[in-house]
Amino acid sequence: MGEPCAVIGVGQTEYRTKRTDVSIAGLVREAALRALEDAGLTFKDIDAVVIGKAPDLFEGVMMPEAYLADALGARGKPMIRVHTAGSVGGSTALVAASLVQAGVHDRVLVVAWEKQSESNATWALSTHPPLSPTIVVGAGGYFAPHIRAYMRRTGAPDHIGTLVAVKDRQNALKNPYAHLRIPGISREMVESTPMLWEPIRYLETCPSSDGAAAMVLASESAARRAPNPPAWVHGTAMRSEPIFFAGRDTVSPQAGKDCAADVYRQAGITDPRRELDCAEVYVPFSWYEPMWLENLGFCGEGEGWKLTESGATGLDGDIPWNASGGVLSSNPIGASGLIRFAEAALQVRGLAGEHQVEGARRALGHAYGGGAQFYAMWVVGSDRP
Amino acid sequence: MSRDVAVVAFAQTKHTGEDAGLTEVELLAPVITEIKQATGLNRFGFTCSGSLDYLAGAPFSFVSALDTVGAWPPISESHVEMDGAWALYEAWARLRHGDVDTALVYGFGKSTQGSLRELMTLQLDPYYLAPLGPDQVSLAALQARAFLDAGHKEDDLRAVAARSRAAGRANPYALDLPDPADEGYEVAPLRPHDCAPITDGAAAVVLAAGDRARELSERPAWIRGIDHRIEAHSLGARDLSRSESAALAAERAGARDVEVAELHAQFSHEELMLREAIGLADGVRVNPSGGPLAANPVMATGLIRIGEAASWIHRGEARRTLGHAASGPCLQHNLVCVLEA
Repeated sequence: MGEPCAVIGVGQTEYRTKRTDVSIAGLVREAALRALEDAGLTFKDIDAVVIGKAPDLFEGVMMPEAYLADALGARGKPMIRVHTAGSVGGSTALVAASLVQAGVHDRVLVVAWEKQSESNATWALSTHPPLSPTIVVGAGGYFAPHIRAYMRRTGAPDHIGTLVAVKDRQNALKNPYAHLRIPGISREMVESTPMLWEPIRYLETCPSSDGAAAMVLASESAARRAPNPPAWVHGTAMRSEPIFFAGRDTVSPQAGKDCAADVYRQAGITDPRRELDCAEVYVPFSWYEPMWLENLGFCGEGEGWKLTESGATGLDGDIPWNASGGVLSSNPIGASGLIRFAEAALQVRGLAGEHQVEGARRALGHAYGGGAQFYAMWVVGSDRP
Repeated sequence: MSRDVAVVAFAQTKHTGEDAGLTEVELLAPVITEIKQATGLNRFGFTCSGSLDYLAGAPFSFVSALDTVGAWPPISESHVEMDGAWALYEAWARLRHGDVDTALVYGFGKSTQGSLRELMTLQLDPYYLAPLGPDQVSLAALQARAFLDAGHKEDDLRAVAARSRAAGRANPYALDLPDPADEGYEVAPLRPHDCAPITDGAAAVVLAAGDRARELSERPAWIRGIDHRIEAHSLGARDLSRSESAALAAERAGARDVEVAELHAQFSHEELMLREAIGLADGVRVNPSGGPLAANPVMATGLIRIGEAASWIHRGEARRTLGHAASGPCLQHNLVCVLEA
């Protein structure tokens, strides 16, 4: 793991369908300035900038770090652009952490963003490259069959996805940055919405959001001087596997299991449900909560939906998942992973506001991408490891 | 942590100036196989790549590229939407943590699929610059003019192109391009031979730390300094006649006393500007491979510079060399890597 690393600043924009009040540069700068304010720093104090987002085709700006260097105070500094599909927000945080853990820098600004209103993500995901198969269904069409396979494999009843959709939106009502804040959200409301990709209903899917999130990551000496409590990095891991091959388990991919095992080993965790206080997990479609509960080892195989049904993952349950409202409530795609990592940090810093999990001291941040084949995770804690 | 990290192996395609009928994955696969055979390694502690979705006009170039690596069981892997040289930088940092000893780095690009010159316009400020449609060569010409106005001659540019093309003809991996002829301007003051050719290709590097590097290579090329810096995006906010970010990166990387330098100069004047910025003495051999003016597989070109610079050390023909990579319009972003026997 190298040198110690801590989160000393977190900044988020309001997540909305359209942020027409700001340019792309204005959007990322808003998040960056809030993270710097939290850390008691200015751009001058930052050694390097790491930026991440999902495919450039989403906004039509190619290699946008070139254009965003000025807005993020990167002139005269190193700047890196990360891209690992939907997991990119998580990977971006890990690359920034790696620079601190390698002893290269003391303070790294990490920013991830998406401005979905500038374009159409489903269109950008459905191109016809020559000589390659094309999916042409966007993300929902791709993941729905995997959810069906999960339901068939475990015998999960139909209403489990609905429960997650309601729970995460109830949490979102406590998060001022959340995009979907639906007063009176209920099972009846979710069940009355149209079926988009069987079994995923409209309110069981994530929104398309504009937004950015940022963090300041610091070395131990820099963290000791931060005005607010730090979140210490207890473990980091990335895993990837190929998208198509015979025998691949797309419901509970091996890369997710391996990534979790790696990050738990570093953090000294053997029973994640008991030893973690909360988790921010990438759940873009409601059913991915029970699926990831199993993949991440919070319960045995086939037990995920029972855990969800029992209320264990609610804000008042024994292992709250996505107290922030999660990806189901805010989805600026490239930033969604970083938001998970940042919300995990806010929880263990005790700065999560109304959606604070009482006494949270250790939390998991998780992101996945591509055909559920790219994973990025970290465990953060209140105590220095 | 300050573990020493070295380049222990380098492989590249025989780059082509025309579409050879291969997909990006097919370009890359033989290079990955070659470097695995050369090192005897089939698994790596970390893997990182650089590529550009817009070259294929589709998202996720790196997803199918993963098939060439053999990512099963799953691997620890990341990707930058930048030249492979930045993937190398990320991998170098990762190896310094101390828990893994080897890293595979690769970059690939198939520029013949589209119009690179116009494609690069999409990299500009989307509100104030891209809508005006300035293409890559025209922007480079603005910089070339600023450089010439600062006291250089067009003949200096031709000399760079002539030397690069001759060196490229002697390099089996580079294109066979004729001596500069008396052509008109592409965009004044740049002539066609002053501009890097459209090229398809891929490259891979293996990094290793400490004793593992000594096991894998008779003469590891140790990374003694590596740094990169970005500067203002707006051309109007910069002194285009010089490269401040290259000078800063060179200083931070300790770019002194090198015998060979491989520079990511996609236009003749960029080589001369970079020589000045990095502070290369007259005796330094610059781009003995022919450099980007002889083969420019975008997203691998910068990584190849580091690989070529390392090869001099691997062969025992140099003691201290330098590889450079650039990104952004008019050398906005520069990376300098100093290697030593």
